[in-house]
Amino acid sequence: MNNAHSVLRIRDLNKSFAGIVAAKNINTDIKPGEVVGIIGANGAGKTVFVNMITGYLKPTSGLIEFEGRNITGIEPRNATHIGVSRSFQISQVFMSMTVMNNLLVAISLANRDSCSLLRPLNSPRRVRECERVMECYQLLKYRDQVAGTLAQGVRKLLDIAMAVVSKPRLLLLDEPTSGVSIDEKFDLMDIVVNALKEQGTAVLFVEHDMDIVQRYVDRIMAFYQGEIICDAPPELALRDAKVIEYVLGFRHGTEQVDDRPKEPRHA
Amino acid sequence: MIIKALSADRTISWVVASFAILAIVGLMVPNWVLNGTMFGLARGLAVLGLLVLWRTGLVSFGHALYFGLGAYAVALLEKYTGVSDVFVRLAVALATAAAVGFMLGFVLRNHRGIFFAMLSLAFSMVLYGVLIKSEALGSTDGFSVSQTTILGWQPETKYPLFLTIILTGVVAAVGMQIYFRSALGHLTTAVRDNEIRVEYLGYSVAQAIHIKYVLSAALTGAAGGLFAMALGQVDPDSMVNWTVSGELVFISILSGPGSVAAPFIGAVAFEFLRTFAFELAPHAWQLIVGGTLLGIILFLPRGLWSLIERLPMRQERDRE
Ligand SMILES: Nc1ncnc2c1ncn2[C@@H]1O[C@H](COP(=O)(O)OP(=O)(O)OP(=O)(O)O)[C@@H](O)[C@H]1O
Ligand SMILES: [Mg+2]
Repeated sequence: MNNAHSVLRIRDLNKSFAGIVAAKNINTDIKPGEVVGIIGANGAGKTVFVNMITGYLKPTSGLIEFEGRNITGIEPRNATHIGVSRSFQISQVFMSMTVMNNLLVAISLANRDSCSLLRPLNSPRRVRECERVMECYQLLKYRDQVAGTLAQGVRKLLDIAMAVVSKPRLLLLDEPTSGVSIDEKFDLMDIVVNALKEQGTAVLFVEHDMDIVQRYVDRIMAFYQGEIICDAPPELALRDAKVIEYVLGFRHGTEQVDDRPKEPRHA
Repeated sequence: MIIKALSADRTISWVVASFAILAIVGLMVPNWVLNGTMFGLARGLAVLGLLVLWRTGLVSFGHALYFGLGAYAVALLEKYTGVSDVFVRLAVALATAAAVGFMLGFVLRNHRGIFFAMLSLAFSMVLYGVLIKSEALGSTDGFSVSQTTILGWQPETKYPLFLTIILTGVVAAVGMQIYFRSALGHLTTAVRDNEIRVEYLGYSVAQAIHIKYVLSAALTGAAGGLFAMALGQVDPDSMVNWTVSGELVFISILSGPGSVAAPFIGAVAFEFLRTFAFELAPHAWQLIVGGTLLGIILFLPRGLWSLIERLPMRQERDRE
């Protein structure tokens, strides 16, 4: 594969937790602007994979390169600085703050100049930028609502919008539509995918709903017990024997994914 | 330009106006009220320091460390150099506390909740222990602090010192208000709400907490310095002991986290509450003070400040 053109390059990535192998010999390349779906049953290692790329978990061994630069074991905040952002399976927003203030904090931190950090949070320039983002993500009508009182789907959008304001070149979305009602899923994904197309951001997203996956991705990576068992365009991947047996066969209702109490442990 | 921007903030104009009125009232009241108000305002400054941490979700049970450092910095400065100028004293108190806060911050920024609280307490008890054991540092008796001078002038009354405390209070309250409104200041709530998100937005939570901790230490140190000047002496039990830390936390709850003005109101209220409780029941005054705190927690969970928030004129202004 041509490395020069990859945003993300992963070689022989492994991760184990006391006996559990959560990632096993993972190799892959992601090109700029590519939209890749990550599928796999519960516990297949999808979130661990995302966590390793963004530095929340350190791999046991292996290499992660972003735009030709080794970022293995990087701190999450430094991943953000160089252009790798993520959203979370369970929305991670500032629950006691309004939608607007959530985004304003995200925007002011994305600018990363400490002088501007001393300016009022709601400086006119920041507010204007914030309104643009809110419009793009259809959050304007929730502007002054406290994040803790938002419906799941809206909170997910906010979570994604906060990840995107730093204009990443690689965005990882961990189950962007979990906890969102069926009829809102496509709207949500439309908003996100359209917004990101303009920026040419490469997107890796974890998803249990195959209709969503098929509609938005260029490529599917299927995980089973920490291994990539298939990496191919959707029309091939969804017909792959192993995928049918280990992923689709075990496919759980998407709603139940969120209910498991273990999730906050690994963000 | 700057003045205009500042007076556009209601909190700032109210703080400045209230302190100005207080400065005038100070000319008319008897000495014991003036003294009580000075002690109250000085403690209020320390509680403002705690407020920075409280909004970040952290409670320090050891802020007497910085209060004491500020106070002892003033006393030792005089003992070894003879300097009694108010501005030098204030600067030295603040700088000493900030420097120690900066160093201890490297440890404390990695702790949260009860561990943060208890570690703070442990550090303050170390200072207490050193002070009571060391003759050179005054042991259990402490030192007396001579009257404060202002640029070489030796005032005859306590009023100039009162005015200095008011001015320091205004500067600190306005400064903190500007800080709380800034993007950096909003990281207090952000860190309290969700540390993971702050990290993923590209900011170091440890660094954010460290900055707030040093700010907090500096304010409390300045407060300790002013308190020592107002009291005219320093000693471990009334400045460094854990009871002093407890008092500051007590006043925080009494005041509430709602405003930069709250700590001053709460602290002055506390000062006079204690004075009256003592008059009323010399042997059971703690009962009255404790009962008041109980009442506040039960009926005013956001402290005395929530009474002011409920004033009709404020609500009207907020509705505008
Ligand atoms: N911090 C951790 N400590 C120990 N084991 C972990 C940790 N994080 C994940 N695991 C384990 O690693 C495996 C992969 O977990 P992961 O969360 O990546 O699954 P997933 O594919 O995201 O599943 P889901 O669809 O349920 O979100 C699981 O067996 C999980 O229990
Ligand atoms: Mg997961």
